[in-house]
Amino acid sequence: MSTARSAPPINIRGIAKRFGSVPVLSGLDLDVASGEFLTLLGPSGSGKTTLLMILAGFVRANAGSIDIGGEEVITKPPHKRNIGMVFQNYALFPHMNVFHNIAFPLKQRRTSAAETAERVEKVLDLVQLQGLADRRVDQLSGGQRQRVALARAIVFEPRIVLMDEPLSALDKGLREHMQIELRSLHRRLGMTTVYVTHDQREAITMSDRIAVMNKGRIEQLDRPETLYARPRTRFVAGFIGESNFIPVESRDGSVWYAGKKVHTASPSPSSGRHWLVVRPERVRLAADAGLGANANMLHATVRDIVYQGDSFICYANLADGQQIALRDYCRSDVLARLPVAGQPVQLRVDAEDAILVADET
Amino acid sequence: MSARPAEFVSHGLNADALRADARRESLGLLGLCSPGLVLVGIIIVLPIGWLFWLSLFDENGQLSGANYARFVEQASYIRTFITTFEVAFLVTGLCVLIGYPLAYMLSQLPRRAASVCLIFVVLPFWTSVLVRTYAWLVILQRKGLVNTWLIDLGLISQPLPLAHNFAGVIIGMTHIMLPFLVLPLYASMKTIDADYLCAAMNLGAPPTAAFWQVFFPLSLPGLAAGVVIVFILCLGFFVTPALMGGGKVVMWAMRMEQTTGLYSNWGAGSALGVVLLAVTLGLLGLFRWLLGARATSVWGAR
Repeated sequence: MSTARSAPPINIRGIAKRFGSVPVLSGLDLDVASGEFLTLLGPSGSGKTTLLMILAGFVRANAGSIDIGGEEVITKPPHKRNIGMVFQNYALFPHMNVFHNIAFPLKQRRTSAAETAERVEKVLDLVQLQGLADRRVDQLSGGQRQRVALARAIVFEPRIVLMDEPLSALDKGLREHMQIELRSLHRRLGMTTVYVTHDQREAITMSDRIAVMNKGRIEQLDRPETLYARPRTRFVAGFIGESNFIPVESRDGSVWYAGKKVHTASPSPSSGRHWLVVRPERVRLAADAGLGANANMLHATVRDIVYQGDSFICYANLADGQQIALRDYCRSDVLARLPVAGQPVQLRVDAEDAILVADET
Repeated sequence: MSARPAEFVSHGLNADALRADARRESLGLLGLCSPGLVLVGIIIVLPIGWLFWLSLFDENGQLSGANYARFVEQASYIRTFITTFEVAFLVTGLCVLIGYPLAYMLSQLPRRAASVCLIFVVLPFWTSVLVRTYAWLVILQRKGLVNTWLIDLGLISQPLPLAHNFAGVIIGMTHIMLPFLVLPLYASMKTIDADYLCAAMNLGAPPTAAFWQVFFPLSLPGLAAGVVIVFILCLGFFVTPALMGGGKVVMWAMRMEQTTGLYSNWGAGSALGVVLLAVTLGLLGLFRWLLGARATSVWGAR
């Protein structure tokens, strides 16, 4: 496994794909930087898997260009693209054992038997499956299969690795463990990686950048922190993390809610209806801290408190019936002043936590 | 639970009642099976036993091995034996050559198109073998459709000998046996995940390599099932060789018919039946063993 080889960037331009008359991707552009771990995140039907299949060459696009390290590959057959891929169901060949599964890409490249054995052993070490070379695929656990699939996808040192929801079949604990392992493997090997998932937590944990996809378009492409703190659309805000959506109106260069001016760090929007996005953990019970100059104060009535062990969620109604959720950790000082259902409270949202997004509907 | 001593468990709460309940259940299941078991006993086990019993006596009712000695002594028996296997091998081979691509095509078609095509594969099943064989006679005989067309087109001057001979038997039987190969093969091909082929190509295998190294080995169980069915059906086939062979191609079942129907030699006929059964069972066992060995060893080991 050489890390010195520079992984090429991928430049995707104008990819369009229709299935029959149904457009799945419409003129999609995306640049994946050299050695980057980029995640395509979106609900099912958003076109993320189709895009991955087009990258791998299994699905033919109707139009567009895929440039890998300066070379157009859009018409290249899959076996000439030299791209490693981990399938959702692993697609390990059931009639071969672990060794022959991993050796398969080397066999296609006419690697000598000695070198094949050496490289398979090396990659088995890398994915921590030493000594399992002779196992049949159906004798492996889910996590082991996942590792074999990964080993098979990187043993021939591909320039680019694609992963299609590779962890979705694993149980929660193993999934979180593998996320960290995949991430550190990527750091060590440095191949350009495109990862598909519908799990926003997984995307945030693993990615350098995330492309949030919806209805065949990229809604926002950013680093995880930016995506979470500054979602640009209501869809992104709703898909990544939990959010309160408060309808607000913009006129005369400022934003209004229930007759009060809203302090927000977002640039002044055009006039009209907008949504104010507030993360539940950024809403505070007002007694928590002194009033800041740029804080929004909201009168609310507590509807319900849901205890979740490490934290609690407080559901409250604003004066006009608008619902808002607040999340905080169960520290003793917070718990001591915990309101009860029916109690009126003051909620505080700082300007930098109040994000404006356009009203798409 | 496992830590408890055995007698504690056997004398536990309601243990006797539960045991009695389990016994009642298995007796009930046996009761449900018994009509089928009795039927199988009466119409299969008894006649075959009787057949075997008959084959041990010669024409004078004396206990002897004469009926079996014929298999090595009489040239006509040996010829029948060879013909039968020749036909079975050829027909099975042709069925594989025609049926594999057909099943492959069916398995790759979209669901709706595949089910329409499957109807055409199964359709012949709904007509009697006799009717289908006569239809082939009409098509293949000296003044049949094929020869008339070919002569009219000026491609041949003399009619091709397609019926009433070995070729006719092969053509007719291949047609009749084809669905028996295609159906199990299609079923097994349908279970091969398309992702396997995608993975193979992704890993650098050109389409032909992906097919031979991944798809073909995975389709082998279905192919083997089809081959076994076709081969064994061929060994005991009667109608088509009798009609299409014109008396020149004598297969096993035909010889049995001759021996019992024409010469009324039930002992000899029974011996033929017993040997055919033994050969069939032996072949089944061989196939099972071969398949078992393949399933447990690593296929791609070479």
